[in-house]
Order: sequence, then structure tokens, then C-alpha cells
Amino acid sequence: MEPEDRLGLYRMMVLIRTYEETILREYHADKKPVFDIGAGLIPGEMHLSAGQEPVAAGVCAHLSADDAVTATHRPHHFAIAHGVDLEKMTAEIFGRVDGLGRGRGGHMHLFDPATHFSCSGIIAEGYPPAVGQALAFQRRGTDRVAVAVTGEGAANQGAFHEALNLAALWKLPVVFVVEDNDWGISVPRSASTCVTSNAVRAAGYGIPGHRVEDNSVEAVHEVAGEAVARARAGDGPSLIEVHTLRLWGHFEGDAQGYRSDLEGVPGRDPLPTYEKELLAAGMLDDAAVSSIAAQARDRVEAAVAFAKRSPEPDPDTALDFVFAQA
Amino acid sequence: MTLTDASASSSAPAHRKLSTAKAMVEAIAQEMERDEDVFVLGEDVGAYGGIFSSTTGLLDKFGPRRVMDTPISETAFIGAAIGAAVEGMRPVVELMFVDFFGVCMDQIYNHMAKIHFESGGNVTVPMVLTAAVGGGYSDGAQHSQCLWGTFAHLPGMKVVAPSNPADAKGLMTAAIRDDNPVVYLFHKGVMGLPWMAKNRRSIGPVPEGDHVVPIGKANVVRPGSDVTIVTLSLSVHHALDVAEELAPRGIDCEVVDLRSVVPLDTDTVLESVGRTGRLLVVDEDYLSFGLSGEVIARVAERDPGLLRAPAARVAVPDVPIPYARPLEYAVLPTPDRIRRAVLGLVSA
Repeated sequence: MEPEDRLGLYRMMVLIRTYEETILREYHADKKPVFDIGAGLIPGEMHLSAGQEPVAAGVCAHLSADDAVTATHRPHHFAIAHGVDLEKMTAEIFGRVDGLGRGRGGHMHLFDPATHFSCSGIIAEGYPPAVGQALAFQRRGTDRVAVAVTGEGAANQGAFHEALNLAALWKLPVVFVVEDNDWGISVPRSASTCVTSNAVRAAGYGIPGHRVEDNSVEAVHEVAGEAVARARAGDGPSLIEVHTLRLWGHFEGDAQGYRSDLEGVPGRDPLPTYEKELLAAGMLDDAAVSSIAAQARDRVEAAVAFAKRSPEPDPDTALDFVFAQA
Repeated sequence: MTLTDASASSSAPAHRKLSTAKAMVEAIAQEMERDEDVFVLGEDVGAYGGIFSSTTGLLDKFGPRRVMDTPISETAFIGAAIGAAVEGMRPVVELMFVDFFGVCMDQIYNHMAKIHFESGGNVTVPMVLTAAVGGGYSDGAQHSQCLWGTFAHLPGMKVVAPSNPADAKGLMTAAIRDDNPVVYLFHKGVMGLPWMAKNRRSIGPVPEGDHVVPIGKANVVRPGSDVTIVTLSLSVHHALDVAEELAPRGIDCEVVDLRSVVPLDTDTVLESVGRTGRLLVVDEDYLSFGLSGEVIARVAERDPGLLRAPAARVAVPDVPIPYARPLEYAVLPTPDRIRRAVLGLVSA
């Protein structure tokens, strides 16, 4: 990989981590002393993606805003890596009128037509619409691709398999991405399927499947590059599974009492690992690390400030946007 | 007044007659010619032409690229229609029997119907979801339901159900051109199929060329002064038959064809009940928590003084549709049940 590409991946991972740490701070800031999920500046469930940065950064490095990304209920890392406007996205998470959905969607329902980004709070059900976006790209004779993301728990849902079958059948430009973070909320993969790698399921649909075992952003980048190129060339879909890491709980407030792997988790954090690698390779030095961190912090704090400045939606508009007006 | 007269009052003169199925197909074909982004997908919509003839001839005319047979994967292909619509195409996707919605309901109510709202109006989902509804031919509990009340209960999708060929064309044209998801429910009993007992009004005059019936405007298909029968789809014909039968006995029924469940044309219902003072709602969907209760509630909320007698309803009495013919006809809203309800209202 070119040095600038490697630095790009690093910068993206830092931006995502900074964002998630900041949302974590803002989310909990006013939920004390007694945790109340519906209270505070950011109400509702919050699923953060710290630890899963390599997947989003590695995949989205191959995409432009013309390509589509459909993420899961844990969507921020993919939204950021795909270039969704950080300010509008943050305003949406804060439930503000300048948010992507004017406060109608929330953090699990982000829709950005500018980058063809969407996500779904229903496990595996984001896959079929992504297949449809790819169908539209194919019909129009473009080389655009759709990336559809699920977690490993979703690979046991019908929608997952139907979508793979249909995309393979119609040779659609889709890259199916499975983020295996080992946990479907509290249920380990070993308790939900006897398939050790969901990548092998691709064979059932006659498409390539590849598993990245070590949560390495460069490994993801390489595999995703092949899958995206294949899709752009009109050769059909691929499945990529990345064995990644859910650094924090399923949602904020999850005490993770069920979790048997917590002790080893900090050591598997992909961000310091990659940072060390780039430092060792002489691609980064301490000053660059500080400067990249500062730039990320500035961008994220500006987005949070924008969100906080944006007004809450007028209750009188609660019924707007059920239907498109003629 | 017959439906022929009702159709003649619409915008274009109508001389030739079509079956409801052919009228529906004509609308799809005209829109496909007009707009390259319109395409059809679903199970057996290609060479078969739709098992209830809802897409007959389209494959020959437009080829497999625009008339796509799908595997039996309702979640995947309805979801694919959603994704294509989000990208600006205008898919017409067939869910063969409405009874199958259970296998793909998430795509329908959580995705198709909510994306526009969740995006704060920034994303539209211009698609038509068609499905066959209704019983009366012993197809049993999993192939005979109407279920429009279920879709209507969940916000974000328009729900239309034509009763006659001209409306089938006009509502389909409007549905395809609508920027919202429209659920288009066609009753097998009004399609004019050669292999099913013919409803005499299932073949009728259909305007040529552009014909649009706006979604959300009910049709007073028979004016009357004594009782308002509010209904839709196949039950319109039963209501008209009963009205014609009772007219010589001095009972004058007004029949309102709702045409769409969402939006529901409350004003036309209120105007009609204002004229007659009596309301009967006939619904081939289940009785409880559905269309019949909704129509009556809207009248009661807006102007309960309009009713000279308590409102009445004829619907499927909260039982799965039975298989055996006498059992099925015991629960469907048959002309006999409608007649008894009308007589009960005028003698109340």
C-alpha cells in the first residue's frame, strides 16, 4: 500500500474513534446519577462501534459518494467512513431539526441521499434494499456498487440468505460485509451457528467468500478492494466477513455481565495496534499522531457544537413527512 | 345507476370494454412506455403473466429486463424494489397473495413505509406493491384474506383497492406516478378471470390513453336516499346488486366505493350519510379493529347527529376464512348478509 493510503486509513480510524468517544461522553453526560435511557441530550439506545473501525475504513476507502452503503443499527463508523456529513449526522443523533432526518430517524435510522447511505435497526433487513440499489445501478449501466453490512448474528436470518441468493442470481454489484464481533448482543457466535466462518456461506450461493481473521484494516482494505473491483466489473457480488471487535457494550448501559472475553479485549484494540505499526514503519511520528488526533477532535467537536446549536423540532411538525407531497 | 354510468362520468369517453385484469395491465404498460424507470418484478409475472393475469403480455412487450421473474423470496425481491425505488426507479412489485405478507412484512412496514419519514422527507420510495386479495372460491384460510386494514393501520403507505376495470386502470396509473409507496390490492373476484365465476361488472368500459383516478377520492357509484352503503372492492358489486334488488321495494341505497383505504375519503362518506341518515359498512376484511370500525368512528367523531339509526357493519366475523363452501359463504359479506343489514337499518 502507498504510504498516503495507509495514513488515510489511520486518519479515518482515528476520526471514527474520536467520534464514538465523544458521543459516549455526550450520551452519558446528563444521564447521571441514575441512568435513564430516555433522558438527556442524546435520548434512546446508543450502539457504538469502537473496535470495528478497520471494517468501515478498509471497505469505504474503495468507494465514492456515488456508491451506496447500508449499515446496521451500529452505523456510525460506516457513515463516517462513507463521508456522511458529520454535522447533519450528529444533529440527527441529538434529535435536532438540522439532522439528516430532521429528528425523525435517530441514530439507528440515518439516511443520506447525498452519499446513498442508509441503515436499518432490523437485523439483516438492510440487505434486501441494498440489493435493490445495486439493481438500479446495474440497470442504469453504471459501475456503481452497493455495500451491505450486517453483524454475524444476522447471518442466521432469512433476509441475509435471500439477499445473497438474489444478488448472485442477478449478478448484482453488491459487496456483502459481515462484521463478526463475536456477540449477538449477549449470545456468542458459537451459540447461534455451527458454521465457524460466515464467509463459507457464500459458497452456498456461488459467490466468493473471504474471512479476515485479525481485524487488520489493511487486510480488510485488500479483500474489499478485490470485492469492489469485481462488483464494478460486472462480475457480481462477494461476501467479506471480518472478525472484528466490539470494544464496548452492545448498547450504552450494557454491563456485559455475560461477556467471557473482556479481559483480553483491550489488547485487541485495533487502533493502537495500527498506530504502532505505522510508527514502526516510520510513517508516523509522535507529532503526526498528535496532529491527526487534534484534527479529528476539532472536526468532531464542531459537529457536536453544530448539533447543540440546532433547535429541537417543533412538536407541531410531528406529523410531517409521513407522505411525500405531490 | 351502474358502474358503466359511473365510468362514463370520468374524464375520457370509454367505449371499448376490458376486464379488470387487462385494464390493470394496460395501465402498467402505458406507464412503462412513458417512463423507462418503471419496471415489474415478482413471482410468475413473466411468461405466466401473473397468476391472476395482473401482468399478462408485459414480458412479450418489454422483455425480461423490465419484467423480472423472481425466486420465491418475498423479503429479498420486495426489499430490492425498495432499494431500486430509493435510487429513483419506479418498481411495480407483486406479492402474489396478500396472505403471504407475513414472510416479508418487515420490508413493507419497517422499510418501504418508513424510509420517507425517517429521512425527514429527504428520501422517497416511489413504488407499487400489488397483491391479490379476497375469497369466495374455497382457497382456504391462507389464500383468501383481504387484510387491507392491516396495511392501513401502519403509517406510511397508501392502500388502494379498485372494484372495476376503469378504476383498476386509473388507480394503477396514479399509483405508479405517486412518489409514495402504494399498496394496490386487487380482488380475484373482480379481475374477470376466465377460470373463476364471473362478476358481471368485471368487464367494462375503460378509457383509452391516459386515465388517472386520484388516490383518496371515493366514488358514489349509486346515489340513493335511504341508506349509505360504504364499501370497496368486490363488495361494491354485492352492494349494487342488493341496491338494485331493493329499489322496487322502495328502499333507495346509496353505494359509496371508497377506492382507497389510505387516504380514506371521510368527506364523501359524511356527505352521503348526511343525505341518507343511515350507514352500513361492508368490508371483506376482518370485523374487529379494522375498516368498518374506522369508518363508523370517523362519522361518530365528526357528526354523530347525522345517524338516524345506529350504524351497522357486515364483515368477516373474526374467523379465519373456512374452506368448505357453505362455511366460507357463511362468513363472507354476501349479498344476503348485506340485504339483511339494510333491512335491519331501515326498520330500526
